[in-house]
Amino acid sequence: MCGIVGLFLKNPSLEAQLGALLTDMLITMTDRGPDSAGIAIYGDEHDGRAKLTVQSDTPDVDFATLADTLGSAIGASVDISVKDTHAVLSVPGNQLAVLREELSENYPTIRIMSRGECLEIYKEVGLPKDVAARFELSAMTGSHGIGHTRMATESAVTTMGAHPFNTGLDQCLVHNGSLSNHNSLRRKLRREGIHIETENDTEVGAAYLTWRMQHGATLGEALQSSLDDLDGFFTFVVGTKDGFGVVRDPIACKPAVMAETEDYVAFGSEYRALVNLPGIETARVWEPEPATVYFWSHNSAPTSIEKAA
Amino acid sequence: MQTFDLEAEGLRKLNAQLHAQSADTNQTVWDIINPKGSHAIAVGLDAPIEVNVRGSTGYYCAGMNKQATVHIHGSAGPGTAENMMSGKVIVEGDASQYAGATGHGGTLIIKGNASSRCGISMKGIDIIVHGNIGHMSAFMAQSGNIVVLGDAGDALGDSCYEARFFVRGSVKSLGADCIEKEMRPEHIAMLEELLKRGECDAKPEEFKRYGSARKLYNFDVDNAGAY
Repeated sequence: MCGIVGLFLKNPSLEAQLGALLTDMLITMTDRGPDSAGIAIYGDEHDGRAKLTVQSDTPDVDFATLADTLGSAIGASVDISVKDTHAVLSVPGNQLAVLREELSENYPTIRIMSRGECLEIYKEVGLPKDVAARFELSAMTGSHGIGHTRMATESAVTTMGAHPFNTGLDQCLVHNGSLSNHNSLRRKLRREGIHIETENDTEVGAAYLTWRMQHGATLGEALQSSLDDLDGFFTFVVGTKDGFGVVRDPIACKPAVMAETEDYVAFGSEYRALVNLPGIETARVWEPEPATVYFWSHNSAPTSIEKAA
Repeated sequence: MQTFDLEAEGLRKLNAQLHAQSADTNQTVWDIINPKGSHAIAVGLDAPIEVNVRGSTGYYCAGMNKQATVHIHGSAGPGTAENMMSGKVIVEGDASQYAGATGHGGTLIIKGNASSRCGISMKGIDIIVHGNIGHMSAFMAQSGNIVVLGDAGDALGDSCYEARFFVRGSVKSLGADCIEKEMRPEHIAMLEELLKRGECDAKPEEFKRYGSARKLYNFDVDNAGAY
């Protein structure tokens, strides 16, 4: 099973409610998968700065001096905002690669959840309501976000196995289904230099899209080619800095419902997830077609540099 | 009329009350409010009652129905009216995957579109869809009729037996052993009745008929009367 949700706001006046709306949607999907839960939100960005969301099982120890030690290591200012087991590091935008290297070499108990200019990912083992409370997800603001509640099939129930997955700057993906060619594809993508953390099938799906977009594809084009290159069952919801996309495999046995109004585009594994959204009674509600790519962008004139659809 | 607030009173109480109705019940009309996409609404009914669901439903609404009329005033989730034996289920909006699957009898009317696997393994149900149906519909369909006023997706009627499919629009592709067949007068008459039952604004002459080429299973013409 697994439950997935997504919300892409067209009306900026709803941005203050993004976390609350998305959290409610995710909690409604709890009985589709109670193993772990996660949420990715695209929030504020600050000129020249980037966000690195990190996790530790011993946050009191690991996060106490993290900003200072990292700042000294790169010779620049690093700010930290701790939320339970996660922390968002605000770092110079051009230092992300250096910091990732530094963290993986010298901080073995710290894992990277996401990196980007506005993306933050929070995910842990546990029920959506508990994960949401730990990270105060309801209070978060932003322009779009996706969420996942997991019933694990292909890899262990761990923080790193939870969704959403982030494999490229400001990119994230949630998945309902299971991929069957993930081992061979993982080897191929690693040879191509794509960083893949886990043995999880979904992360390979996310990494595949990152790889395609690194080679100039738009989000829409990357999703389109995933239909040829990924084997298995999937309903994907993906986010980029200014875009939001949905694709289902040609068999389409994993459920999906979408709703669109003048204010938002919403995705849920089931209609239940959407019932509390404002104006849902008059929204256009439909089931996305199999093997068909859907995407929306905040940028009316996307360029290849932004890699949005 | 009985009004039941599903959000306030819960699913088990609803279905228990509906199951408690007998053939001579006085409580013949039920209104279910606040369905909000809940699962398994009005399943396993076995009384000549009318149930109006005021909103959209989740998985398995009106499954295993006998005698009852269930009218969904919204869209329906996966597995709607699965394994129906008799009675009628009407969906005002769209229906998700495998609507009417394995149904033995009764009528399923979908005013919007049905998605994939509509009528999979149907065994005598009549399914009337005002819009389109998705891929792999009527897979291994054994008996009964599907009427589609719109288009059919890929692999219609794959490995079907003696069910009939009437499609007014295009068929993206036919499944294994499914072929177009001639519309004889008895089919026109049969379709006319189905269109009337389904409240459809369409003429039988606008449809094409599809069914089994009978190459995949051991069909013996002497047994044709059994279907």
